[in-house]
Amino acid sequence: MSFFQLLNGLTFAALLFVVASGFTLIFGLLRIVNLSHGALYLFGGYVGFTVVSKTGSFVIGGLGAMLAIAAIGMVLDQGLLRFVRGNDLRQVLLTLGVALFLDDLALVIWGGDSFTVPIPAVLHGSVHVLGTYYPRYRLFVLLAGVIVFVGLWLLLNRTRLGALIRAGVDDAEIVEASGVNIRRVFLFTFLFGSALAGLGGMIGGAFLSLYPSADAEILTFSLAVVIIGGRGSLVGVAVGSLLVGVLNTVGQVMFPELAYFVIFGPMVALLAFRPLGLFGRVA
Amino acid sequence: MTINVLTSEPLPPAGTGGLSGRTLVIAALIVAAAAALPLVLSSYQVGLATEVLIFGVLAMSIDILAGFAGRTSLGHGAIFGISTYVVVYCSTQLGLHPAVAFALGVVAATLAAAIFGLLAVRASGVYFLLLTLALGMIVWGVCLRWSQVTGGENGMRAEARPAILANQNTFYWSVLIGTVIVSFAMWRLVRSPFGLTLRGIRDSESRMRSLGYNVPLHLFIGFTVSGFFAGVAGAFYAMFNNFVSPSTVALANSVEGVLMAIVGGVGTLFGSFIGAAAIVTLQNVVSGYTERWQMILGLAFVVVMIFAPEGIIGKLRAMVPRKTR
Repeated sequence: MSFFQLLNGLTFAALLFVVASGFTLIFGLLRIVNLSHGALYLFGGYVGFTVVSKTGSFVIGGLGAMLAIAAIGMVLDQGLLRFVRGNDLRQVLLTLGVALFLDDLALVIWGGDSFTVPIPAVLHGSVHVLGTYYPRYRLFVLLAGVIVFVGLWLLLNRTRLGALIRAGVDDAEIVEASGVNIRRVFLFTFLFGSALAGLGGMIGGAFLSLYPSADAEILTFSLAVVIIGGRGSLVGVAVGSLLVGVLNTVGQVMFPELAYFVIFGPMVALLAFRPLGLFGRVA
Repeated sequence: MTINVLTSEPLPPAGTGGLSGRTLVIAALIVAAAAALPLVLSSYQVGLATEVLIFGVLAMSIDILAGFAGRTSLGHGAIFGISTYVVVYCSTQLGLHPAVAFALGVVAATLAAAIFGLLAVRASGVYFLLLTLALGMIVWGVCLRWSQVTGGENGMRAEARPAILANQNTFYWSVLIGTVIVSFAMWRLVRSPFGLTLRGIRDSESRMRSLGYNVPLHLFIGFTVSGFFAGVAGAFYAMFNNFVSPSTVALANSVEGVLMAIVGGVGTLFGSFIGAAAIVTLQNVVSGYTERWQMILGLAFVVVMIFAPEGIIGKLRAMVPRKTR
């Protein structure tokens, strides 16, 4: 595998990290497996595409995608999930219904053609990295992934809100008993996690392009990342994303048509030894 | 953390042995009524009835796990679809006899289920759901990408049905016979000591473990057997549809199966046919007005989860004052 392909794997891992970190935040704190996360990704990409096409600004597009998806997350959490709180299975299946709905709605709104979010002129072209020319935008994705990781780490480990989220992951009832409105922390986390899916859609939409089944693909990868990394662990998501991202690229290079099996391998090996994932803990 | 709250009703006491006279008469009447359907229905409606039977079997295979072992699988659509793919591939590309293709399809589905089962039995609750979902998605991804074998997005067309079953009604009857056989087998299975063990695992895994039962082994066998039945449904589907494409293994198919099992009432087994009839009818009514079936399916899922997670039968049971029992 060449250095170029390794970079491809790393940039894909960075994208996976942005998407899967939102997924695992919600899973870890709220115990909600949001299967509409893939659909939110796709929606975010489409919204970003539309906004960038209209305004010509990549930054406004990114913000628009995050806001729009946070709004959908608000409706999902306050409008639907509140009726099935405390019942894991019903929650999961409900989000699955929402995923099917959103998926089809996107098809109605944007049609079945594939779109690519326009890249700003600054990020066009390629740069010379260690003896190979590499697209500038993909390096930007890598950087974005690192920034999101550092940002999330600081948020979770260095702020009061982060402390509340971590405490909530461990024992929501005790946090509530000590006078904190944990519901508000939950809601924030849900909206924030959704917004990360939207951001992921925007970033990914510019180099993987957006098409009707992209949501299912990204959801599969996110699930693999979370299954490998373990629930609610930031480091777990990072390691899981790196593994899945790089392995997927290796797979595509060596067995183009069976690349899916290559991410399957580590999942199998891992589950045999650690059913809760690398960094997962018993709830 | 209790996960398994979809089953609302305690199950009737099991182990009451074989068929009692009354059950036998009721079962015979239902089968006779089903067999008489082609005499009164149009050929299009017979096609729908065939679909109800096929998906009813799929939903039952899901219910074996969801209702009796407390494990909801989102990978059964993929297992079903593997069988469909193998049957179509064998009868077109390899030119095998339909019966051989049928058998190979079921074998392939059973093997796939065994692999799924090996991985999934260690997980429970939401993790089980996620894992089966991810496994199903992998199957979908392979079917979509491995275009030399699977025909990619375009799928494959086949004349998988043997000549003697070419007639719509004859095919319906043969599916009905198959359905009766596998339904009986599944009914026996959930009432057997093995089925009772599965229920024990559903209610308390740790209790069964401390009683000396090999929990993962039972779940593994349960999953594999359930996959076998899903494979039978998938093989019938290949002959019914004479076509297969990635949408047969897609998540929406697993979701439909789970929804049918839930609508019919998780843990009722035969309720699956009511669920299948409800969903297939809904699908056909809806597609008369709009092409947005997936959207309606998603909505139906949300509505059922919020208002009637115990299914139609459970809902009715709760509404009708109890006089029997």
